[in-house]
Amino acid sequence: MKFTKLTALAVTTALVAPAAFAQEMTIVSWGGAYSKSQKNAYHDPYSEKTGVTIINDDSSAEAVAKLRAMNEAGNVTWDVVDVVAADAIRLCDEGLAMEIDPDTMLAPAPDGTSAADDFGDLLVSDCFIPQIVYSTTFGYRTDLVGDTPPTEICAVFDTEAYPGKRSLEKRPINNMEWALLCDGVAKDDVYDVLATPEGQDQALAKLDTIKDDVIWWSAGADTPQLLADGEIVMGSTYNGRLFSVIEEQKQPVAMLWDAQVFDLDGWIIPAGLSEERQKQALDYIMFATDTQRLADQAKWISYGPARASSAPLVGKHADLGIDMAPHMPTDPNNAKNTFLYNYEFWADYRDDIDAKFQAWLAK
Amino acid sequence: MTDTTSDGPMLAADGTPLKKSLARALRLQKMRALMLIAPLLLFVLFSFIIPIFSMLSRSVENDIVADTLPLTVVELQAWNADSGELPDEAVYAAFVADMVVAIEAKKHTRLGTRLNYEQTGMSSLFRKSGRKIKRMDPATDGPFKEALIDVDKKWGDVETWRVIKTHSPRITNGYFLNAVDMRRTPEGAQAQPEDKQILVKLFGRTLIMSLIITGSCILLGYPVAWILANLPMRTANVLMILVLLPFWTSLLVRTSAWKVMLQQQGVINEVLVWLGMVADDARLVMINNQTGTIIAMTHILLPFMILPMYSVMQTINPSYLRAAKSMGATNWTAFWRVYFPLSIPGIGAGSILVFILAIGYYITPEIVGGTKGVFISNRIAYHISSSLNWGLAAALGTILLAVVLILYWAYDKIVGIDNVKLG
Repeated sequence: MKFTKLTALAVTTALVAPAAFAQEMTIVSWGGAYSKSQKNAYHDPYSEKTGVTIINDDSSAEAVAKLRAMNEAGNVTWDVVDVVAADAIRLCDEGLAMEIDPDTMLAPAPDGTSAADDFGDLLVSDCFIPQIVYSTTFGYRTDLVGDTPPTEICAVFDTEAYPGKRSLEKRPINNMEWALLCDGVAKDDVYDVLATPEGQDQALAKLDTIKDDVIWWSAGADTPQLLADGEIVMGSTYNGRLFSVIEEQKQPVAMLWDAQVFDLDGWIIPAGLSEERQKQALDYIMFATDTQRLADQAKWISYGPARASSAPLVGKHADLGIDMAPHMPTDPNNAKNTFLYNYEFWADYRDDIDAKFQAWLAK
Repeated sequence: MTDTTSDGPMLAADGTPLKKSLARALRLQKMRALMLIAPLLLFVLFSFIIPIFSMLSRSVENDIVADTLPLTVVELQAWNADSGELPDEAVYAAFVADMVVAIEAKKHTRLGTRLNYEQTGMSSLFRKSGRKIKRMDPATDGPFKEALIDVDKKWGDVETWRVIKTHSPRITNGYFLNAVDMRRTPEGAQAQPEDKQILVKLFGRTLIMSLIITGSCILLGYPVAWILANLPMRTANVLMILVLLPFWTSLLVRTSAWKVMLQQQGVINEVLVWLGMVADDARLVMINNQTGTIIAMTHILLPFMILPMYSVMQTINPSYLRAAKSMGATNWTAFWRVYFPLSIPGIGAGSILVFILAIGYYITPEIVGGTKGVFISNRIAYHISSSLNWGLAAALGTILLAVVLILYWAYDKIVGIDNVKLG
């Protein structure tokens, strides 16, 4: 009798235990306005619903290296990590992120469309859950470009019409594509040309024409700062950063959406979590990437939600009260001429072209 | 009685030989001393020395190819990489068998990343082929040569197999070759193509700029340390705070402050234009180049120069200078022949500190260095955090460490390390 009682107790505990989650989870992201938008749209509602405390860690910039180190040490302390798609592919290749099955692990759209269809092509890696679409594009000082503000990408290479410094990211990705595009290569041929040594030389030769006029940035905040100081006439950065310079800080800056490069940012769950923590992380992901939650994030930052079903739900900015749709990189007016970051190409060519690019920079 | 004691060993009070007893007492003392430093010793060992060596060992370690493709590597032994012929069916069959196991363990993409450092395209070759090879059965689906070439025509390219064979040994010099702008090929070490050579140049630049920074720290720091050492204690303490204040400020804040000062729309240029010393359209370029790095790093490292100089100068007796002058020396002679030689240990200590810190700096060059003012450490950081090529990063780090040790040895030979005084 006693024995059965004990067994019954053990069974009930075993049944109840998985439902009782750990009370804390560590979510890694980029910090600043971006983390704030996630806190407002995802973390706070989730904490309210489940009672789980969410700890923010602003380490996304070094996430790949840190996850690899944690994995080798056998002690992964992160539960959910926000990374760009290229890093997610790298983490998946290295076996550092867990594979996601969109049909069972992600919420379907309200109309019943499966998550796999709702995210569509944006599921670029088996381990990646897309969250936002952002773009790398140019902003320019409206007071430094005279009466003819630039309308197309090649203005960046036209130092006669638009004298002054420009800022470009200190890496080959995007810059090489823009250079080829402005050197007469058709958009569809850009990656075929860039795959050849001659094409790489051609792109570098084009960049050479403005090399003396370029300030190279490595942090996303650099270009907005340089624009605000009047140090540059135009510069590339993430569209959300430009939005905050233009709409929140009211600087005389405007967007040049032409040839913007779309990129994705989203979640991965590290490989090697305990079963309980993995369950918790999946529960969070299921909640935070549903249609409404993704649309909510756009109230605080001008990045487009990654689900097709979220787009119609995008409303007004929570503090400024302006319509967010026209500020989304995916808005039809902004997306007349766009690139999508070519993940496969750059996974292969990044090491090679980066070495050439850095050698060219140091020349 | 007296005879035995004078002949035999001298005994301690408890009857044991004195030598033994003394040795035991000393050993106890040593043990006690060791126990006292044991926590620090263990801490340094586990948190510093072991991690450094395990990191450095990655510069030659290359287990991944032989571990992921064990059968293929054995079969490839027999294949002549210079023959221009593709390997035979046995290699392909072994490869499929290895891949099926590797795909199960999700290790094939990792190998693709590793080989992509050597040959562009390997990353997607392994990722894409993995999806198709997964469905093959190594026991029944042969022959595999045609099948693999069908999966991706790169498996029919001799170069692909040459790369796998070249990088299959468990210990490799490949990373070190890459670190000095060379590469490992079946024909031996060869120079990288010219448009990819950058690392040797960066090593040279790092050394030269660190020397310039050390030099400018000596020039700026010496007078300051001299004034501090010769002022009354009260005033010196107040001024010392001015030296230490930047020392206590965050590195990033100080570097960013230099950005505000030096940029073309920055404080210095604005003042010069306002004074009419510089034309508005010819503002000075003082940042995002070597000048920017040298200015900012000299400022940041200056306290490391001033502090040892100051503590050495404080110990120089002022009456030496008075004695020199009383014997007819001019101010300059008294300084140059008497004071300066006595202050050299401080310069030596400061220089070693500043130089070694400068050689490994990376945040400041990254922020203010532009393209011509970046150091080798910026490439190390890139390979650690972005490209994940930790082997190359380790090789670069090992070379940097070796350079520092060689310079330290040279310094010891020329100046003598016992001439260095930190206080």
